[in-house]
Amino acid sequence: MHRVVYSLIIINKAGGLVYNRDFNNALNKVSVNDLLVLAGTFHGVHAITKSLTPSSLGIPSSQRTGIEVLESSHFRLTSFQTFTGTKFLLFTEPHQPNVDVIIRKVYELYADYVTKNPFYQLEMPIRCEAFDRHLLTYMRAR
Amino acid sequence: MTTAAPAQQGPKTLVSSTPLQPQRMPQQSPQQRAGLRTPSNRKTIYDRNLNRTRTAELSRASFAYLFGEMVGYAQKRVTGIQDLERRLNEAGYPLGQRLLPLLLLRSSTPTHPAARPTRILPLLQFIAHTLWRHLFARSADSIESSSTNNHEYMISDNEPLVNQYISVPKEMSQLNCAAYVAGIIEGVCCGVGCKAGVSAHNAGEEGGMWPGKTVFLIKFEEEVVKREGTK
Repeated sequence: MHRVVYSLIIINKAGGLVYNRDFNNALNKVSVNDLLVLAGTFHGVHAITKSLTPSSLGIPSSQRTGIEVLESSHFRLTSFQTFTGTKFLLFTEPHQPNVDVIIRKVYELYADYVTKNPFYQLEMPIRCEAFDRHLLTYMRAR
Repeated sequence: MTTAAPAQQGPKTLVSSTPLQPQRMPQQSPQQRAGLRTPSNRKTIYDRNLNRTRTAELSRASFAYLFGEMVGYAQKRVTGIQDLERRLNEAGYPLGQRLLPLLLLRSSTPTHPAARPTRILPLLQFIAHTLWRHLFARSADSIESSSTNNHEYMISDNEPLVNQYISVPKEMSQLNCAAYVAGIIEGVCCGVGCKAGVSAHNAGEEGGMWPGKTVFLIKFEEEVVKREGTK
């Protein structure tokens, strides 16, 4: 089956853009400034939507989630937040199945090749050659 | 994400001669021992047979975090890349010195005690096979001798385990954190009486099959090579 993942964005827990990568040219390119705005805005909207969870349901705040999927006519944005507040945003084709599997694999690669790298400072932009390499290999192999 | 360690009881260590939890307090009540990590059978690493840990494995993730911290610690007060590599080398050296007798003991049988490799080729074989298999569960990828200098030998590893999760920043491209492994090799060489200086070098080509390929350059001292010739 033909499956398409357009691009990946990683947002740190303060809402800063720390990583972005396009896997093909299907999406229009936007400037880095716009991406930074997108990351910050998404971070804020995510926090607000999380607080919209009705308190009458009695869900503990740690289990409330904010926005998870955004859809447009030509792409779908899936968000995944880790326990430490890092967010992974994946732009895919609207009908792309198993996005959760892909996003978990990306998280795994992040945990391996970013957080275990002694030269990476947490919350800073990600410049890890091994992470790039393994991410591209995974995206191509799927 | 990680290499799963087999389900085993008790602490697992990379090398049984460097215990991380050297405590045993059998007299104390369970409440008093709450903060200490003693296996349920009360046997610490000192109580175990030296041969028993042969098949024990260590979680790769916890090793990666520990090694990452070691690199970070070594980086704190260094003057340059060479200084950093020297510190990593010094951290590995005692490990090599302790591993040598341990591995010889383990490869011995009651009727055939293993001999220390005293000549260069058996020593290199020992390092590339026995030592490598113990540390990384596989042999090194090649052993070569330098064509220009008869003091120098090279052991190469296509994907050193210590570097697996490490991406060295561009401005430090000379650095190879496998200097730690070079220190282990140096410890083994000096332990058998073949004084040598060992350094780790990047040999992987960009976009090639093995971008993390590392060559360990072993430079034996003059007297070692001279002695080799007279034997």
